[in-house]
Parts: sequence; C-alpha cells; structure tokens
Amino acid sequence: MIKSIMIVGVGGQGTLLASRLIANVLQNKGVDVKVSEVHGMSQRGGSVVTYVKYGEKVTSPVINRGEADIIIAFEQLEAARYVSYLKKGGKMIVSTQKIDPMPVITGNAFYPEEIIEKIKALGIDITAVDALESALQAGSAKASNVVLMGVLSKVMDAPIEAWMKAIEECVPAKFIDLNKKAFDLGKNI
Amino acid sequence: MKKLMLGNEAVARGLYEAGVTVVSSYPGTPSTEITEFVANYDEIKAEWAPNEKVAAEVAFGASFAGARSFFGMKHVGLNVAADPLYTAAYTGVNGGCVLAVADDPGMHSSQNEQDSRHHAIAAKVPMLEPSDSEECLFFTKKAYEISEEFDTPVIIRLSTRVSHSQSLCLLSDRDEISNKPYVKNPAKYVMMPANAKNRHVFVEERTEKLRAYAETSPLNQTIDNNTKIGVITAGAAYTYAAQALGDNVSYLKLGFANPLPVKLIENFAKKYEKIYVIEELDGIIESHCINLGINVTGKALFGYLGELSQEIIADKILGEKLPFDEFSESVPVRPPVMCAGCPHRGVFYALSKNKVRVSGDIGCYTLGASAPLSSVDTTLCMGASVSGLHGMNLADPDGASKTVAVIGDSTFMHSGITGLVNIAYNQTNSTVIVLDNSITGMTGHQQNPSTGINLKGDVTAAVNIEALVKAIGIKRVRVVDPYNLAETEAAIVEELAAPESSVIISRRPCALLQYVKHIPALEIVVCNGCKMCLKLGCPAISNKGGKAEIDRTQCVGCGICSEVCRFGCIKNGGVN
Repeated sequence: MIKSIMIVGVGGQGTLLASRLIANVLQNKGVDVKVSEVHGMSQRGGSVVTYVKYGEKVTSPVINRGEADIIIAFEQLEAARYVSYLKKGGKMIVSTQKIDPMPVITGNAFYPEEIIEKIKALGIDITAVDALESALQAGSAKASNVVLMGVLSKVMDAPIEAWMKAIEECVPAKFIDLNKKAFDLGKNI
Repeated sequence: MKKLMLGNEAVARGLYEAGVTVVSSYPGTPSTEITEFVANYDEIKAEWAPNEKVAAEVAFGASFAGARSFFGMKHVGLNVAADPLYTAAYTGVNGGCVLAVADDPGMHSSQNEQDSRHHAIAAKVPMLEPSDSEECLFFTKKAYEISEEFDTPVIIRLSTRVSHSQSLCLLSDRDEISNKPYVKNPAKYVMMPANAKNRHVFVEERTEKLRAYAETSPLNQTIDNNTKIGVITAGAAYTYAAQALGDNVSYLKLGFANPLPVKLIENFAKKYEKIYVIEELDGIIESHCINLGINVTGKALFGYLGELSQEIIADKILGEKLPFDEFSESVPVRPPVMCAGCPHRGVFYALSKNKVRVSGDIGCYTLGASAPLSSVDTTLCMGASVSGLHGMNLADPDGASKTVAVIGDSTFMHSGITGLVNIAYNQTNSTVIVLDNSITGMTGHQQNPSTGINLKGDVTAAVNIEALVKAIGIKRVRVVDPYNLAETEAAIVEELAAPESSVIISRRPCALLQYVKHIPALEIVVCNGCKMCLKLGCPAISNKGGKAEIDRTQCVGCGICSEVCRFGCIKNGGVN
C-alpha cells in the first residue's frame, strides 16, 4: 500500500523544506520513500508542487489526479487548483493565506471567493488553519511551512520525536527553536 | 542504512565512488545540483566553466591526461558541447570520461523539449538511462567501466523527474584510482583527416561491440510476469508504467539507451501477444523495433509531447481512470514572475514604457516577456540576444534606434561575448544591455567568471565587463543602477539615439542573494488609485478594490514603485 502526500503552494513559501521534513521522518520508518520536487523557473513565484510517496515499493515519484491521500495547500488558490489530485476520501489541510497571482494583480482574472467552503461542499474532508498567524506568533512568517507540518503530524503515523529530529537535521541551527515552536503551534491547532 | 538522495546527488555520489578527480560543468535546470554536490567532495577538482563546450573540453583534456573526468549539463547544453563530443567519440578516452545530460520533458524550465538520445546516436557513443536515484549512482559507476573498457565517452541521460526526485541509495566507499599513464599517441588524439579516417573505422567496430555488450548487460532488465502484454520502456517512463500496470504486464526496461540491443528485444517481443513501447519524447525505441520488423504500439497512443504519467498509461492501455473531484470554478493561472525587488524590473519597465523591441536571452529575465511588462520580443538560446540583435539591425537598420538586446552576466560569459565581438567587427549600430545581477540566477545562484568567486567558494579573478567590452571595440560603455529608474531610462534613450554601438551595464545584485541587505518594506500612505505601480508586475503589490496594497512580508524596499507613483503615495525609506 503506497501513501501519497502532496504539498502545493507558491514558489518561495518553503514547500521544499516541508517535503524534506516529511521525507526525513519517513526515512527512519524502514519503508521505501520517493520525493519529487520542482526547481528552476517555476519556483519564481509560480505554482509549485512537491510529491512524497512511501510504502513497500514506490515506483513513480509523482502523484496524478485522484491519487493523493493528503494534500497540504500553503495557499487557498493552490488548494483549489489541485483538488482533483485528491483521492476519494482523502484529506486536505489548507492554510487560509491568500496570495494574488499576477493575472489577478493586473486585473485580468479574479481570485475565487469562499474557496474553502466550496471545497467542503464537494464533500472533502478539509482542515483550514491560519498558519501565517501561528508562524508570526512563533517569530517569523517564513515558518508557516513548519506550522503546517505540525498540523500534518496529527494525521501521520510518526512519533513527535521523529519530527523534532527532522527539524534539527533540516533547519539551520539558529532557526531550530523557532521552528520547533511553530511545529508545536501547528500540532495544537 | 540507505540514504535518501536526489537523482543529481546520487550521480555526484557515483562520481565520487568511481574515483573521479576532475569535474567541469555549466549550470542548467534540471542538471545543476550534480556539480553543486560534487563540490562538497574535497577529492574532486570541481569547477563551473563559462559554457558547456568549455566544460566538455576540460573533461576530455583531463581524460587524455589520464584522469577519470566528468561534465554535466541540461539537454540544450549538450548542443553547445556537441562539437567536442562528436570528435571525442573518435579519439576515445584515456581515463574514463562520462557526461550527464538532463532532458526536461514537459519543459518545466526549458526553451524546448529536445530528446538527447539523438545526440548519442549521432555521436555514436553509448548512453545509459537510469530511472531513480539508486540507478543514478550505480549507472554512473558502471559508465566509467564501460568508458575505459570500450575507449569511449559515455552519456548518462537524466530527466527532470529522475534528477529532481529523491529515493533511497546504498553508499559505498570511494575507489581511489590513480591517473592512467599518459602516452603520446597522435594517431588516436590528433584528429586530422588521415587519423580520423582510421578512428572512424574504430568507432563503427566499437558500436557493434557495445551492442553485443548491451545484449547481456545487467543495465537492461527483463521482468517476466507471465502475461499476454509486454512493455518495452526506459527511465522515468518505466516508473510510471510500473505503477500504472503493475504485474499485469511484463517489462523490458532498457538501461542502455544507445546502442539498443537487437536479440534481447526480439526475444522479448516473441513471448507476448501485444507489445507496447512506453518512452517519453521521441519514438527512438519504437523506431528501432519497427526497423527490426517487430509490431509495436507506442507513439500512436502516447504522442511526442510533455511528460508521461501513470494516469496517461493506465488510461491508454487499461482504459482505467481514477475518480476525483474538481473545483467548481475556473482557477486563475499562477505563472512564475520576477521576484519582489528583482533588479531586472526597472530595466524592463523603462524598455516597455519606451516601446523598445527587445532581443531576449535565457535566464530569470526571460520573465520580462510576461504581462504586465510584456517587454521581451524574442528568446532563442543562450547568447542569441546579442547576435540576434545584430541580425535584426542588419535586416532593419531603421529599427536599430528602437531595439536592444538584454543578457544576464552569466549568459554574457557563456556565449554573449562572441556576439558582441561580431557587432563591433561587422559594425551595426546596436545597443546591448548586460543585466549584471552578479550571479547565475534562474538555476539557483551559481557563481560565474564575472562574480570573482569559484564553485568551491574561493575568491578568484573576476572578468571586468566594462574593460572587456571596451577591448572588444565598443567605445560607449556605461553602468546604471536599475533601482534608479530615471537614470536607467535616460541611459537607454541616449544610447539608442547614439550614432554607434553601446553597452549599458545594469548592475544590482539579485535581490535573493544573502549578502544583499534590504531596507525596510515600503508603505502606501494614501493610495489615489493611479495604478501605475501595478504596471511593474511586482508580486508584492496587489490591487485591493482599486487601491494598491503592499505585502510587507514580500517587499524588500527596492523603491521602484515609489518612483512610478503619480502622487508620491509610496513612502520610501531610501535605497542603500
């Protein structure tokens, strides 16, 4: 049985660190793991996607429509964009943050309203959290990604110590405490 | 314990374990991290070269001198390195020489979707194709054995999903390999006609030996699931097929992309009622099968465009689709944009405002083509901005006073210099803007010969762009700060009007560089709704009900918006 987690957001929001934390946690579970990332052009404020898959033997490193057990969206519009990747009965975790894409800034498109309600109306199990607020409380807006990992930890089968170790191994030393605090705030939402 | 590694990191580890001592590359997504990871190994002399041709020649030189060497690049980079490769195919190697080329199906970060396997076939060199990180490590080491046994450069073909996916790898110790003795051998290494004619005979014989080797090589794997359907596949496509089709089919997974085996494929095809070929981009395996008289189905189902996926394969072969929900409204696209505080923005704003035709190039500044700046007119390949501008001005001399080339510092080092030499030599009245942000930006901040720092982080010689341009024969050279819009615009207008060629160097380090100190974020005191700031395409500025709003978490205080606001509403803390 392969479990699939998708992280979606806007380039610069720290989705790569999030996937590396998840991978670090999984690495010690004795299962096969694959993580697929996007670098380069699309990182420049574009829509970014990272895939994490684990289980007995993972072949394809990517996740297609109808496959993801969990989608973590760092931004509401990105949640809407990738709803179709969620497996029937899958779970969505969404940060309530909104970032206007360039077509909205230039007035050529509209940012849809009430995205979370509309996703809920599809019958999808969705948890919306103000990760930015918790991150600011922890000390930096940049820690939203780790707040969301705290929220994820409640539905993933891994001990908290593994997450703490992952933070210690993946985050620069001077930001470890801040990120542990952000993780705790996410876990307790 | 196995370690989770990026495909590119695993190639780097393979180079380390294979005892490689010389690595030279030019960055290019999705290949860049190979060389960045290599730089962490003290045992390897690793460098950024100005371009892929130089990198290839460095690696071949090192091989001739007896060392195991490597060069890495993206798919279009191999076009640049093709010249030395096609003849190194004749000379062969002394120490093993391997190159990695990363294709980008789906064009996540590229200007075309070319299939590098054509280069291996045309150059007549072996090509190996791993499908995950563990194979990246193993195939890289194997490539050195093949290189030295068969006296040939060997290509490792990667793709975005192989290069940028992490999977588990088992690590081994490094083989310390000393240089092979250097023996002067002009018949092998001096490729003038008489010698090259003999070496071509060798190349053709080598290909047949390699094909025989490929017939039994463990890099080609057969997985017989006792089924009616057989699938011939390779690389990332194998991983998609394996998920989509599981053990409902049998597989011939080809790790040898060139030369392709004959008997192995014929024997595989005989065992199954129906044979599919599943390969990304071009139909190279399929054509090979057709040439062998084997009835296969491939491109008719899967086409030539973009990436394959388990979704496509399950649909086309099994007619199966997973159920899913869709968002009820249209979702606006989110294209990549120039970052808040990007020094390129001011230049493109000035060019756009003055309706200047822009011969563009490859880098972050290609984004100057996007709305709302919509400034760049053409983008072809590395360096083409400068040479292309000369061509435009030859064809349309009257347009020269309304046309510029824009090229980044790293791209200028890569292949812009020769184009500028051509402008000076052949005398068009051309205006070239070097967007010097003191780094190779798009690929993720690699140093280059103009930055004064090398791959290992040591201080080194820096090309003085002003002096270089003058030495080429361009007399009008000036430097502007693109955060100063008035100065930048005035320089562009003046140089376009000037009666001779000129180079404007727009100099400001990339806003994302760690050493760049930002002033506090800007604030809008009272917005009068003139919307001028929205024309900058800055992701930190949004339109909230007709009024501009600045996102203080993104704004770095570059101050350009305060320069364009008609009413002086944007408070600027002063640019450092």
